Amino acid sequence: MNQGIDVVGVYVRDQDEAVAFYVDKLGFRIHTDVKNGEYRWLTVQHPEQPTFQLGLFKPGPPVHDEGTAQSLRAIVAKGAMPPLVLVVKDCRAAYDRLRGKGVEFMQEPIDRFGTVDAGFRDPSGNGWKMIQARG
Amino acid sequence: MVEAADSQDPELLRRLLRAKDRMDAASHEEWPVRRLARVSGVSAAHFARSFKEAFGVPPHRYLLTRRIERATALLRETEMSITEIAFHTGWGSLGTFGRTFRDITGENPGALRTRGRAAGRDLGRVPNCIVSAAHRPHLTTAVSEKRRRSVAGTKGLRKLKESK
Repeated sequence: MNQGIDVVGVYVRDQDEAVAFYVDKLGFRIHTDVKNGEYRWLTVQHPEQPTFQLGLFKPGPPVHDEGTAQSLRAIVAKGAMPPLVLVVKDCRAAYDRLRGKGVEFMQEPIDRFGTVDAGFRDPSGNGWKMIQARG
Repeated sequence: MVEAADSQDPELLRRLLRAKDRMDAASHEEWPVRRLARVSGVSAAHFARSFKEAFGVPPHRYLLTRRIERATALLRETEMSITEIAFHTGWGSLGTFGRTFRDITGENPGALRTRGRAAGRDLGRVPNCIVSAAHRPHLTTAVSEKRRRSVAGTKGLRKLKESK
């Protein structure tokens, strides 16, 4: 077996909306989607990265009290969560494709530092840098 | 009445973030409150108040930090002249650019260029687009207020010397 990171999660405001974004727009696949009462464990996977899952978790009970959940929702909506980086083969082509699907770009592709990068947000406010793989 | 920051409606915060993103994407453009308020879909008065509450600084002050950040990057990474950089980053005059730059960073654009090059880079493994955010200048006080304070400080020093 290989040791390493298996799941890293982001907070989203609505898990159905997050599936519509990460699966229908970005092209990720659902890995696990299990409900237990109010709790829903939802992870997606990049089609070319079968050893890593991105969790799409909603702040709230039973994990968080209402005050904490409200704080988390506010932090996400303000774009204050840590940076996320997606590597793509062709940044401009991916930009055109995703923009055509209605992805909200905060930065158009820019040629710099020997590669091309763009930036987009998920509906909740999580910010992604989309960087073209070097070479 | 000032609400705690995290009691703001997340839906509103998300729309305020959109206006902030727009300033980030085009900080060289003019961003009057009315234009930003339209992006967020709220009234101008509501926008200015809500933005400051959400992000800790008024929208115009935020815009200035972004312009200085871009100018700083151009000073470090390009051969553009200081005049070109001033106009490229949204200032109407070289004088205003130089003054605001000094107020925010504490040094002249030319001095920063020299120092930035001497220092070199030790952030090679960090994505560069993220490094630029790390170089973002802090701006917790109004530029005009900062200037008033430094003038007051100089005067205070003079008085002290005179009294000796």
